[in-house]
Amino acid sequence: MFPSQFEYHAPASLDEALALLAEHADEAKVLAGGQSLIPLMKLRFAAPPIIVDINRIPGLDGITEEGDTLRVGALVRNRALERSELVSARYPTMAAAAPMISDPVVRNQGTFVGSLCHADPQGDWGSVMLALDGSVVARSQAGGERVIPIAEFIDGPFTCTLRPDELAVEARVPDPGDDFAGTYLKLERRVGDFATVGVAVFLAMSGGTVTKAGIGLTGVGATNIKATAAEQALVGNTVSDSLIEEAARLAADASDPRTDVRGTADYKRDVVRVYVARGLRAAAGTPVA
Amino acid sequence: MTTMETAPSAEHPGWMGKSVKRIEDARFIAGRGNYVEDVVLPNMLHMAILRSPYAHAKINSIDSSAATALPGVVAVVTGELLAQHKLAWMPTLSGDTQAVLATDKVRFQGQEVACVIAEDRYVAHDALELIEVDYEPLPAVVTPQQALEEGAPLIRDDKEGQVDNRVYHWEAGDAAATEAAFAQADRVVSLDTFYPRSHPSPLECCGCIADVNPASGKATIWMTSQAPHAIRTVFALVAGLPEQNIQIISPDIGGGFGNKVPVYPGYVVATAASLLIGRPVKWIEDRTGNLISTGFARDFHMTGELALNNEGKMLGLRVKMLSDQGYAYADAQPSKFKAGLFHMVTGSYDLPAAHVITDGAYTNKAPGGVAYRCSFRITEASYLIERLVDVAAVEIGMDPAELRRMNFVQPDQFPYRSATGFVYDSGDYAPALDLALEQAGYTELRAEQAARRASGATKQLGIGIASMTEALGAGPSRDYDILGIKMFDSAELRVHPTGKAILKLGVRHQGQGHETTFAQIVAHELGIPPTDILVQEGDTDNTPYGLGTYASRSTPTAGAAAALVARTLREKARKIAAYLLEVAEEDLEWEGDRFSVKGAPEKVKTIQEIAFAAYTNHPQGMDAGLEGVKYYDPPNLTFPFATYLVVAEVDVETGEWKPIKLVAVDDCGVRINPMIVEGQIMGGLTEGYAMAAMQQITFDEDGNCIGSNFMDYLIPTAWETPHFDLYDTCTPSPHHPLGAKGVGESATVGSPAAFVNAVVDAVAHLGVRNIDMPVLSSRVWEAIHHAQG
Amino acid sequence: MNITVTVNGAARTSDVEPRMLLVHYLREVLGLRGAHVGCDTTSCGVCTVVVDGLPVKSCTMFAVQVDGRSVTTVEGMASNGQLHPVQAAFHEEHGLQCGFCTPGMMLVAAAFLEENPAPTEEEIRWAISGNLCRCTGYQNIVKAVETAARNMASTEVSQ
Repeated sequence: MFPSQFEYHAPASLDEALALLAEHADEAKVLAGGQSLIPLMKLRFAAPPIIVDINRIPGLDGITEEGDTLRVGALVRNRALERSELVSARYPTMAAAAPMISDPVVRNQGTFVGSLCHADPQGDWGSVMLALDGSVVARSQAGGERVIPIAEFIDGPFTCTLRPDELAVEARVPDPGDDFAGTYLKLERRVGDFATVGVAVFLAMSGGTVTKAGIGLTGVGATNIKATAAEQALVGNTVSDSLIEEAARLAADASDPRTDVRGTADYKRDVVRVYVARGLRAAAGTPVA
Repeated sequence: MTTMETAPSAEHPGWMGKSVKRIEDARFIAGRGNYVEDVVLPNMLHMAILRSPYAHAKINSIDSSAATALPGVVAVVTGELLAQHKLAWMPTLSGDTQAVLATDKVRFQGQEVACVIAEDRYVAHDALELIEVDYEPLPAVVTPQQALEEGAPLIRDDKEGQVDNRVYHWEAGDAAATEAAFAQADRVVSLDTFYPRSHPSPLECCGCIADVNPASGKATIWMTSQAPHAIRTVFALVAGLPEQNIQIISPDIGGGFGNKVPVYPGYVVATAASLLIGRPVKWIEDRTGNLISTGFARDFHMTGELALNNEGKMLGLRVKMLSDQGYAYADAQPSKFKAGLFHMVTGSYDLPAAHVITDGAYTNKAPGGVAYRCSFRITEASYLIERLVDVAAVEIGMDPAELRRMNFVQPDQFPYRSATGFVYDSGDYAPALDLALEQAGYTELRAEQAARRASGATKQLGIGIASMTEALGAGPSRDYDILGIKMFDSAELRVHPTGKAILKLGVRHQGQGHETTFAQIVAHELGIPPTDILVQEGDTDNTPYGLGTYASRSTPTAGAAAALVARTLREKARKIAAYLLEVAEEDLEWEGDRFSVKGAPEKVKTIQEIAFAAYTNHPQGMDAGLEGVKYYDPPNLTFPFATYLVVAEVDVETGEWKPIKLVAVDDCGVRINPMIVEGQIMGGLTEGYAMAAMQQITFDEDGNCIGSNFMDYLIPTAWETPHFDLYDTCTPSPHHPLGAKGVGESATVGSPAAFVNAVVDAVAHLGVRNIDMPVLSSRVWEAIHHAQG
Repeated sequence: MNITVTVNGAARTSDVEPRMLLVHYLREVLGLRGAHVGCDTTSCGVCTVVVDGLPVKSCTMFAVQVDGRSVTTVEGMASNGQLHPVQAAFHEEHGLQCGFCTPGMMLVAAAFLEENPAPTEEEIRWAISGNLCRCTGYQNIVKAVETAARNMASTEVSQ
């Protein structure tokens, strides 16, 4: 309940923040929502000597569609995504996941980008981004700007590929097109629990044929998992019950769950299969013109 | 304040049965409750506890020099220091001993090893990291079965004469009669079930501020305690402090549920530290400390066997139980009954013969067991019998409601002596069952269930019933004591000159509404409005001696005392009224709040006028004042009962389930404040749901505790918790002055089986016979897949 | 570090360590003890207060983060000696027992009703799913929020 001491900085601009990260690098942790970092600090699982609080930096809280990309700033709270009409209309996988993140009060503070940086294999947003082929934009004083595809961004449990002097300023999601659908299903023991199993599904269609498929899995591997074989089985085909079952089976095969208090590995694998099938059926049944 | 019910009306004579809005609410809704953590004393120090990471390990050495040197740290207390003052070990409420701070060994993960006393809590926690302990890990004993194996590591090698890990062996009932009943049986149904370890986990953690005044020697201890007087006596015996110099003050308590009955090491160390240092010491535990070290609940391995004839009549019950006591036998329970009131296991059924065999074992876990609204282990017993009845119903092909109904104790059998020695005061079980079935729409539900089974729907329906009877109000002095202190309770009532009153009680509420309910009792007897009555509990210097609030005992014991003391005041008031009205006492009649002269109703004295006269114009030869104290020894326990009916919807592909309907019919005799009673029932149902659906504390093979924080130990939110439809019947207690039986724990005792029965029922057609709690979705899935082969 | 925070409408200036949690700052530096501490894992919500109009778990924020911002605690719910309709409704509907979760629960309910003045039972249960209660079983809390919603709507109508 009582964090260790640290030196606190609250830069007023992005340049100031980047300068601090350049100077302190390994010793500094970025504080945005704090809903993952501060709990770790209270239990003393983390004791960063330097905290860089970016909450005062202007211009990082936008949810906008520019050209063919959704841009979600580093300070966009989960609450805002939950209420965004743009997200609800154009990014249904995200819209379905947003209310499932933690609980309503934590969502007021926690950020989307911060969650990606935390890279918890039981974090829901990582799977959503894998399904949507999103990316994270990093800025640093030395290196300018770097766009990191999500599959390269998530490196291992609680590890992302940001360098110590880099700040993630934005997440990007590609345009879904004109005919798309998606959802997020989460099996949790209760509100606020991490996923026993989470499944992100995205389908883009053209004239009844799948042009793009995204399936991301939460809580069934060392990191969030992109079920590429399942995705490939769908692309170029017409959706049918047997195709859905096949994709669901491939997604289950792609998962690598562990037996723990939430259930056995066999159980979780089977839930992946059932949930992917349900998610795909829901997506295939609700095309968006 | 907002409005409340005022004068008694024709429909509700007196103040019984009136849903008076709570008098105590004002401070809580203003955020001005006075919890232990809110109390601040000048010059106060803060204490933090270093806990063992190992379940079983020798302590070779403790080096606290770096911690002591940290600026702001005043002292580091270890077991060695306490041992010098003979305080390293203390008695438990079950007559065993437990460590205050570990000396030779640690015996559970989370055990208290050292305490830092510092000026500031942040600094105290910095200092914890600087204490170096040299542990030598030992093999951990993690289950009671393991504990009783030949050659198991000896956990209590500190106890002279302890050669194994056995704690107790205790039996109830009649072995021979039960044997004979089983020999006659057409069918024997058996069930092995495990009631997992859980934890009462009130939202406020335990804590205290110990202030031993160096000049006067008086120890004032603010403490989260449900039983402050008993604790004071224990402190006097343990610490050798004179009892008149110990004052325990339990201010507002943020939930108890049995968690705040035992004496915890933190209280003892804080008191010893305050004594040695001469400044107040405040210790507030964190949630991890609360879950990993304070009194857990349940952890019973049970086997039940029910003997029946072909018509479904129950002939006998055999029960074997093995309990995991943790490393010390520390149950807060009546000393005569080693397994609490677990032998209440015959429940609502007229079982002519029963035999209960119980054994307790030590393990490398925290001590405890009696907690979490368990009515001294009736929770465990009720679960077993209500699951066993459902399993029997399936095996003999009978509707579970009908099997229950035909075996209920009948109204004309009360007072009913059970096969294990309880004398049930009153009961009428069938109407409660009938009401539940009717309100739930039982016939339609069975039809819906059949239709879904026929269609092979993904979401199947299950109906679970539990018809429980339990025993509250411990208890009569011939059988009930804790550490030798009899389980009476007390009420002291004083009416002031202006007609207001103060009622002081030996119990201690933690949210149950005593400041309103008990005021209503006095209002009912004397007519003084409840808002004119101050109810005081929890300060041992200012209240009569009592055994506290747990096991739903307050209304049956202290409530009776309050009614009776108010009646003695009414008798004195009659004398004063007769004097004032210049008539004989027999010429007066009492109604509501006044005496009037028979035949001359305009000649009246109100209780307020009489109170004023008690101080200004009392008859010669009579003591002034209007007050009294009553110590009440209940003649028997009370026996409330209920039927809980749960409808569960189960997704057979993933095992997910939710309760979609819950009907509760409770009979707790006369309800003093129905609103408060219903609040208790709903809270209890939620805790029952929590245990059925998601709660457990487990341990890995090294004794590491999984379940010591709220991410692992789950409390349901408003989202999962179902809506409750509450109904009642009323079968008064014949021996309680108000006919009330108490109710605080009934729903927690009776409802878990209803939830589990519902889920098992939903998948019974797939071959599932039993699923142990918590019924996680994964367990439902495993049960289905296991049954399908 | 020096911080100035507007708490229940009044500016308060203090010197705090950066690591001091907001809940400890409110309780121990400012003496506002309505926010409580109930867990170590940001799970229970008894510490909930309102920062710039939004409920947050004050155990999972540093006091220095609210420098220059505004905080409302339960002590600021009543105004001019009048209970907030949510407070009155909790009393009316027996929406509290031990009172430990009550301040946080009421603040969340009040903020929720500002955003959704006519909620369904389901919406209420979802909105308070970040605040645990052990005593009430939530049903009377839901009733309290419904009653508050009705009373707040009729007050508006009559104005």
